[in-house]
Amino acid sequence: MSAKDRSKEGSMKAITANRLRDGEVVFLGEGGVWVESFAEAALFPRAEADGVLAAAKEKAEREQFGVDIYAFEVVEQDGIPVPATMRERIRTAGPTVRLDLGKQAA
Amino acid sequence: MNHIAPGARAGIYHYDEIDRQFVAERVEQFRKQVDRRLSGELTEEEFKPIRLMNGLYLQLHAYMLRIAVPYGVMSATQLRKLSAIGRRYDRGYGHFTTRQNLQYNWIKLEDTPAILHELAEVDMHALQTSGNCVRNVTTDPFVGAAKDEVVDGRVYAEILRQWTTMHPEFTYLPRKFKIAISGAESDRAAVRIHDVGLLARRNDKGEAGFSFYVGGGLGRSPFVGKLVREWVAQEDFVAYLEAILRVYNQYGRRDNIYKARIKILVHELGLEKFTQEVEEEFARLRGPKYRLDPEVVDAIRQHFAPPPFEELPDHSDALERAKAADPAFANWLAVNVAEHKAPGYAIATISLKPAGGIPGDATCEQMDLVADLAERYSFGELRVTHVQNLVLAHVKKDDLYDLWKQLDAAELGSANAGLIGDIIACPGLDYCALANARSIPLAQAISARFADPVRQRTIGELGIKISGCINACGHHHVGAIGILGVDKKGTEYYQITVGGDPTLTTAIGDILGPAVTETEAVDAIEAIVDVYLANRSGEGERFIDTLKRVGHAPFKERIYAAD
Repeated sequence: MSAKDRSKEGSMKAITANRLRDGEVVFLGEGGVWVESFAEAALFPRAEADGVLAAAKEKAEREQFGVDIYAFEVVEQDGIPVPATMRERIRTAGPTVRLDLGKQAA
Repeated sequence: MNHIAPGARAGIYHYDEIDRQFVAERVEQFRKQVDRRLSGELTEEEFKPIRLMNGLYLQLHAYMLRIAVPYGVMSATQLRKLSAIGRRYDRGYGHFTTRQNLQYNWIKLEDTPAILHELAEVDMHALQTSGNCVRNVTTDPFVGAAKDEVVDGRVYAEILRQWTTMHPEFTYLPRKFKIAISGAESDRAAVRIHDVGLLARRNDKGEAGFSFYVGGGLGRSPFVGKLVREWVAQEDFVAYLEAILRVYNQYGRRDNIYKARIKILVHELGLEKFTQEVEEEFARLRGPKYRLDPEVVDAIRQHFAPPPFEELPDHSDALERAKAADPAFANWLAVNVAEHKAPGYAIATISLKPAGGIPGDATCEQMDLVADLAERYSFGELRVTHVQNLVLAHVKKDDLYDLWKQLDAAELGSANAGLIGDIIACPGLDYCALANARSIPLAQAISARFADPVRQRTIGELGIKISGCINACGHHHVGAIGILGVDKKGTEYYQITVGGDPTLTTAIGDILGPAVTETEAVDAIEAIVDVYLANRSGEGERFIDTLKRVGHAPFKERIYAAD
């Protein structure tokens, strides 16, 4: 089953942005606080994600906090939530060719 | 030691007061624009085109800043500044691109005005490296040194740089516009895959001028540039280019981003009609206002005066002794060193493609070393090539061994220029927000598979070019072997093409068969090489020529035989 099929099964989404001032990849955490680690990202059922995204987007743009705000699919792998697509997995971790860079190096 | 005398420099363009003031004003303008963005006075929609015009992209992990290296030429001082910026504001490295520029991948918006200020201190900037404007004009990395030069391409590239910077009519074109100039009749600038490519030629009277190719380009609709004018006199070259841009600005599509390049206009109008429009515009423009004043050309040419070459014999005993004593050096000499027009000198290509390494990346330590070597061995000047390597263009033959030993110690001494290890790869999905697949790991795997320098020499000239998406920043369309990364239901696959050619005999590669996985792709490349070696008519027959002679069938059969 492809990652995309699994994600539909899992039906969860996370919300992400790039922080405006420094471009850092951030995720919407609990209580509407933006966090830098995907492990702390809040997960939203698909049915709710659009509404949460719209509100988060409006607030982040109004406060000049973030840009390029969107939701992405999350699936469960060995009991741990992971982004469904390669693109988002790389975005949450860092370049696969430089493990000493990005969030994976922290 | 035969070092260059202190103070002896190769000519590079030095800003005058007007240039410095212009860049300083633009830096200050952008500083205020960033402040207004951060305060919310400018929305992202308003700010984005401004940000792009200053070379700042938003990529997968952070902002990416693209520094202009005009026609790929810079001084050791400038390279040291790029290194310092990489240390202070980025993660200790930079990436040299297929347009002879440099990119940093971890930039902060709030730092960018300070970075641009530091760049301005060494006569550099990031202007027009993005956006729908005329981008960095690129040229032959052997410019000013090659034996086959008709004109010095830097002179005309510099004229175009000045003419296109903030040109009031061409600042918001339908789409980006890329120009390449080759000052030699041998095309080392890939002119026919650019929106406009200029190739220096002599007419029947022996006068130097330019052939104009228009409508080349890669991306999702690759086209080879068409010859629009066989010969334009030097004094008319700005007027002719202006005529082309005016026709493009007037008729180029703005309704569809994928149909907005000039290559689409040339294709849709047809060459005859397009040429007619250009010639009519040129006839209107031609006159004193657009005629290139020889005095202006000479003034710019003075910036690129040849360095103070010594009178040397062409033969170097020191070189011959080193060659005989050190096979690894002899190999590098044969592969990475080209003939220079001044006796006793040579053109050295510094490979940024160590086996298993990331094509085009250089650490700040490596940049500092190359800056030192440029000062010591090449009159303080170096070039970035569109194949993502560096060039020291004026090295004494006597100094080549010392140079190579220092390069080799810093993993910059790979003997692979033009060979299978000299892979072009875009940043791909590891960095780029547009990518569908990763390109760098595949480049690393292939270069590691073919690491043996003897094997690379045996294979000979074979350019592999890898793109992580259809935008083709890795030039895969014109690779002798091209590889395009695609996403098939969430898994990375790689489509292999063969038969591409970036030189004047430009050709777009043909798809060989169904896309394969990364592991299969590395094996497929090896299979292609095996088939080539088994079928070539002799050691002198290049891969591209064997392919033309035997066709695709033997290669397809071998790769897809089990399917």
